Amino acid sequence: MAAGQLESGATASDRRRKLMDKFMTGVAYFFTFIAIAVLVWVIAYVIIRGISVWSPAFFTENTALFGDGGGIYNAMYGTFVIVLMAIAIGVPMGIMAGIYLAEFGDNRLGDFVRFIADTMAGIPSIAVGLFMYGLLILIMGWNAFAGACALAILMLPVVARTTEGIIRLVPGEIREASLALGLPQWKTMLRVVLPTAAAGIITGAFLAVARAAGETAPLIFTILGSNFFNSNPMEGAMAAVSLYVYQASSSPYQAVQEAGWGAALVLLLFVLGLNFIARAIAFTQKQN
Amino acid sequence: MERNKTKEQTSKEKATPKKQESQTGQRQAEAPMEHTAQSMEVNGLNAYYGGFKAITDIGMKIAPNKVTALIGPSGCGKSTFIRTLNRMHEVARGGRVEGEVLLDGEDIYGKNVDPVQVRRKIGMVFQKPNPFPTMTIYDNVVAGLKLQKRHKKGELDDIVEGSLRQSALWDEVKNKLNDSGMSLSGGQQQRLCIARTLAVEPEVILLDEPASALDPMSTMKIEDAMLELKKRYTIVIVTHNMQQASRASDYTGFFFIEDMGEPGQLWEFAETEKIFTRPERKETEDYVTGRFG
Amino acid sequence: MLSALASRLNLLKQLRQGNFGDAVFKILAYFFGLFLLFITLFIMYQLLFQGVPAIREFGIGFLWSTEFDPVQQQFGALQFIQGTLVTAFISMLLAAPIGIGIAAFLVEIAPERVNRIVGFLVEMLAAIPSVVYGLWGIFVLAPFLRTYVEPWLIPVVGWIPGFEGPFRGYSVFTASLVLTIMILPTVAAISRNVLQAVPRDQREAMLALGSTRWEMFSKAVMPYAKGGVIGALALALGRAAGETMAVTIIIGNARRVFTSVFDQGATIASVIAGNFTDASGGVYISSLFLLGFVLFILTLSINVVARLLIRATSTGPTNPTGGF
Repeated sequence: MAAGQLESGATASDRRRKLMDKFMTGVAYFFTFIAIAVLVWVIAYVIIRGISVWSPAFFTENTALFGDGGGIYNAMYGTFVIVLMAIAIGVPMGIMAGIYLAEFGDNRLGDFVRFIADTMAGIPSIAVGLFMYGLLILIMGWNAFAGACALAILMLPVVARTTEGIIRLVPGEIREASLALGLPQWKTMLRVVLPTAAAGIITGAFLAVARAAGETAPLIFTILGSNFFNSNPMEGAMAAVSLYVYQASSSPYQAVQEAGWGAALVLLLFVLGLNFIARAIAFTQKQN
Repeated sequence: MERNKTKEQTSKEKATPKKQESQTGQRQAEAPMEHTAQSMEVNGLNAYYGGFKAITDIGMKIAPNKVTALIGPSGCGKSTFIRTLNRMHEVARGGRVEGEVLLDGEDIYGKNVDPVQVRRKIGMVFQKPNPFPTMTIYDNVVAGLKLQKRHKKGELDDIVEGSLRQSALWDEVKNKLNDSGMSLSGGQQQRLCIARTLAVEPEVILLDEPASALDPMSTMKIEDAMLELKKRYTIVIVTHNMQQASRASDYTGFFFIEDMGEPGQLWEFAETEKIFTRPERKETEDYVTGRFG
Repeated sequence: MLSALASRLNLLKQLRQGNFGDAVFKILAYFFGLFLLFITLFIMYQLLFQGVPAIREFGIGFLWSTEFDPVQQQFGALQFIQGTLVTAFISMLLAAPIGIGIAAFLVEIAPERVNRIVGFLVEMLAAIPSVVYGLWGIFVLAPFLRTYVEPWLIPVVGWIPGFEGPFRGYSVFTASLVLTIMILPTVAAISRNVLQAVPRDQREAMLALGSTRWEMFSKAVMPYAKGGVIGALALALGRAAGETMAVTIIIGNARRVFTSVFDQGATIASVIAGNFTDASGGVYISSLFLLGFVLFILTLSINVVARLLIRATSTGPTNPTGGF
């Protein structure tokens, strides 16, 4: 007697509801499409513009901010040195802070530190740059070490919170088994928990490094930028790829802008590469 | 669709006979208490989660205005089965169904069928009470109604009262309809969920272990409500509670899996009295007499 | 006090038991954990301390002065606060529907595999360095807007106060659009976590009443997730307010109050970054530090509110970067 009672569109209100549903679904698809389209637009454009600038000379000459532009040899060295130092400072400290949160942080103080770490992740990098300028540069003069310290501070909360999360995932039995053997807590942590959590911690560290490597603002206040090769990270202005991209973007010289695209491509590949590696580590770990 | 869909509650306290629009747009002066609900029929039904077959080859006739209970050990596919009856199974990731489920002769898995309409006709009450926490008691009851068309405030008030009376909750909440649904006890929340389902006037009500999280008093209240409700609705209930099944149901289906990893089957289906007194299969007897499960 | 702390941590007991390693381990862990607190306070202190000469010179009036004159050594913050808030709010308003739409797509619509791929792509959007967005914004997006968008946009909105005047490539509007792209992953990722934390039974309850998917989302999922989504938006707002390089490159760094979003302007971050290298004189530098302090307090308060909101609604550990 009621054939067709389950089909839609019996009443105007049904049709309107159905249409609304389809429309909003379409909107969700459209917004997702926009994000991906922008991503492709940015990346594709940087690749096309950047690759046309690449040449052997581009990677072996120093930067220049006038005339025919130059290469990014000194800038790549600068980025490399600064990022390495930032890793050396930031990652161990972040891991220790993460251990604190996971092992001793189940109280109000721990909650507060955790909250500050989360909040700190949102602090503008420019504030950290200014801080380093006031703390070190005014005394020591421009130097790459201060830049690395600034990047390390930016990495800290990310590494700490990732480490905490991963350590908490390590099954209690593994830990208890080790403690039951009479190993002290620190040995258990060092020999059992951290190796188990290693892949996750490395993933987090890579993501933090990727983020730091693209940072520019703190470098303005610490390494200033330079068109010469400076191998000493403790003294003197230095160039960095990200900083050079910024300087090139405001250059009136066409050739320097072009070199900026080449540098942007280097930076993009470096940062996305680190992201890919982080992801690959996480993925292979999941497979096991 | 010329049926007079008149399930409006006539309240004894309030003598005013309530009017309600039938689906053809006519108004009935007097709303009869009883209503012939629609029947269901299941043929050759399989349900999957991704590659895993959860239930196989289920066939069952669900009589109108009766309570059909589904019992069986955990993991035997009762809940999966009841969720296939109003197309909720496919909401779960990887959920897939083969076979047919007829509502009044029409396959709910038919080609032009809209799951939204199916679920409007076949309501469901879940294991854990799940009122909408951001809504008041009143808004919880009318949540489904408000999706459809505009109702006048007075009309809504009547429906809220009627639904809450049918689910035996009215007296407990009539003075605090604007409180949050979460302010109620677990048993009251579950009856609120039943009222919410009744408010959209379905034909069939599916109850998936509605009392499993509740105390005995609340369970009793829900059972009592069910006996009233079957005058107007077709009811299917999954239960772990053997007494509940034998007390409140007219038909009983026993689900069983032969081995871990095998799909669940409808092992035996008959009148409740027969299942509990002279079941045909040994496993059924073992289960209803409490020898396992 | 030290001894009180030591007893609190059972250090003495551990030492007495000859458990030297564990005592050191605990001290180190506490040290680095508390270092997070210390560094945050220290940054705040340093910015304020270096800003003292500017405070002496201009007092609290620094906040509502629009003067910025290096020659006369007169500095104020109001126009930069305006620029920061306007760009941050525009970008948040634009990123909100798009980001929530993406989150809804990922949680409610996309099948597992599409979900993973799209999630990955959105994260890539977050990985691109700010300075690259700046380069792209100034050389690609700004000319694109001038050529293709301005001709029809200006006649439509040009009469509205705040949208008047000629459209410049270097503008508050262009900067806001790039900021939108940059904070989109934050909105999408955290909203996704929040939406995923909405219990399944809420969705099923609404569906079982005969709702469409959109009705389920708008009437059951969103009300439940509201606090967390607002938190995600607040977090994105904070991020937009503190974002430096892209904005510095694109916004034009006009150090005055602007009356139209199509005009040039400056944010706190952009004026610090853009003027730092030629800042001479104690009060000039000090003013930039003071601006940094204002920015720090602004973003810190936005972030605190955001985190509190997200914490109240989201379950499970939240990633500080808001990553997938």
